[in-house]
Amino acid sequence: MIKQSKVSGLAEASRRPYSPADRQQALSGWLFSLPFVLVFLVFMIGPLIASFAMSFTDFRATDVRNPFAVNFVGLRTYTDLFRDDRFLQSLKVTGLFALLGIPCAIAAALVLAVALNNGISRCQTLFRVGFYAPVVTSIVAVSVVWRYILQPSGLLNGILLTIGITGPNWLHSTFWALPSVTLLAIWRNVGTLMIIFIAGLQSIPKEIIEASSIDGAGAWRRFFSIKLPILRPTILLGTILISVAFLQFFEESFVMTQGGPLDSTLSISYYTYSKFGQGQYATASAAAYILFLIIALFGIGQFRVLEKKG
Amino acid sequence: MNNTTHLSVNNGTTGIKAKELLRSRIIYAILTIVLIIWIFPFLWMVAGSFKPQNEILAVHPALLPKKATFQNYIRWFTELNIYKFFGNSLIVAIVTAFGNLLCSSMVGYALAKIHYPGKKIVFGAVMVTLMVPSVVTFVPLFVMVTKLRLLNSYAALILPYLTMPLGVFLMRQFMVDIPNEFIEAAKLDGAGEFRTFIQIILPLAKPPLATLFILTFLQSWNNFLWPLVAAQTQDRYTLPVALSLYSTGAHATDFGLLMAGAVLVIVPILILFVFLQRYFIEGIASTGLK
Repeated sequence: MIKQSKVSGLAEASRRPYSPADRQQALSGWLFSLPFVLVFLVFMIGPLIASFAMSFTDFRATDVRNPFAVNFVGLRTYTDLFRDDRFLQSLKVTGLFALLGIPCAIAAALVLAVALNNGISRCQTLFRVGFYAPVVTSIVAVSVVWRYILQPSGLLNGILLTIGITGPNWLHSTFWALPSVTLLAIWRNVGTLMIIFIAGLQSIPKEIIEASSIDGAGAWRRFFSIKLPILRPTILLGTILISVAFLQFFEESFVMTQGGPLDSTLSISYYTYSKFGQGQYATASAAAYILFLIIALFGIGQFRVLEKKG
Repeated sequence: MNNTTHLSVNNGTTGIKAKELLRSRIIYAILTIVLIIWIFPFLWMVAGSFKPQNEILAVHPALLPKKATFQNYIRWFTELNIYKFFGNSLIVAIVTAFGNLLCSSMVGYALAKIHYPGKKIVFGAVMVTLMVPSVVTFVPLFVMVTKLRLLNSYAALILPYLTMPLGVFLMRQFMVDIPNEFIEAAKLDGAGEFRTFIQIILPLAKPPLATLFILTFLQSWNNFLWPLVAAQTQDRYTLPVALSLYSTGAHATDFGLLMAGAVLVIVPILILFVFLQRYFIEGIASTGLK
């Protein structure tokens, strides 16, 4: 009874016309939100809607002068996309990149996190800073040295030659270009995952670990049957974060291979950018929305994980 | 009897200790080797930037330059107008970072501590846009900037990045945890919402503000695709744009010059990172976990 009246009381309070104090609150709430909301509406929400609308028209670069004179074409841009071999190729490349890159990045980050957190006691900061450094550096800048290392007569092939292997032309081979670009992406993303995993490891209560080692569990056993299960939500979260980033990969290809050779490193984002470059704005928007849809599916997973944790 | 058991136990623990010492030494050794390979591209880049052209093209290049030269750097400072690119990058990154601090801290405070209609919609929109891929807004942004005649202006480089959904999320999460008593006490003393924010909230929020500053500064400094399209003449190029255009243009194989340029792009960030790594790392950990 009491509970009920309390609930209805609250409902009444929220239905009541605003008191001066409430109005004051509402006003200051919106004043504080205003700078963000303005910029956000103009540069995020607006373009987001415009891009969606554009994908159902035949908007081209020449229509910029008079944007509202375009024709509505319904789903044709989308159906045309799935008949475009280059778009299908970009789906395949993005899929392969994700399939190859995500597990490798997660595994590498997990091993590093465990080694740094549990294997050593001194110089932790030094190692952390070192492994994280590629994350903070400009991709354009690091691509210079990566291309230098991977060129046919570069350092990597020089090293391979000393053990008797003639290395391929990494960035100009339709087979090796994508793995090379993936390697660069892994190198640049492991640091972030490693930090997330270390934070996860540090949140495991010490008592649990101590109890299990008193019970005679060795280091491996402790890792696989105690830490890994506790760490599962963190790993899942890391997987989703890295998936969202990897599915929209673009710059790695742009700076290393320009999408080539023969579109072998053409990602969905890259396809979108190239359609933008050709002035086919509607096609670019439609492809971008398909990518958004793919990423959103991962995003829903992310919210589920967060909800479970909260 | 008593004595011997005691001895054997003792032996056991020293055995375990020796084993653990060995284990930790092996881990240190492996980690050190992996770390050197990991950061080798940086070392190779720095070494290469001091090498003359003939050493760069050598079939078996040595790690350290035999005849170190500053020529590659001198060319950036004399022929290639790096001051301008550096200045552009700095202006854009600093304004972007401060703009983010202002927008995110204000809306973060409102979302965390003020009750107003529409709050749920604002927060929902922030959460949804957390994972919008940047190519989705790219085309309309370009059309809009062209229409507003902002192409090739600093405004075009800065405005689209003035708000970062992640930053709003970060600030809100922090401010939710600030005890309401602080705010109530300030109000009892007669402070309005705005004064409370400036005098009570902002000083408390220094750590997430530092994290947000670093994240947005870094993002802007390294940002590449949008500036490449929005900046169209040399006097608006940021460092990555300039470096990218040189590395695909006439200097494509001039690796010594390009690596000197890369060092110049990376070094300021690496210095910032080493000194402020605590904030970098806390920022990443908190965005990933909260």
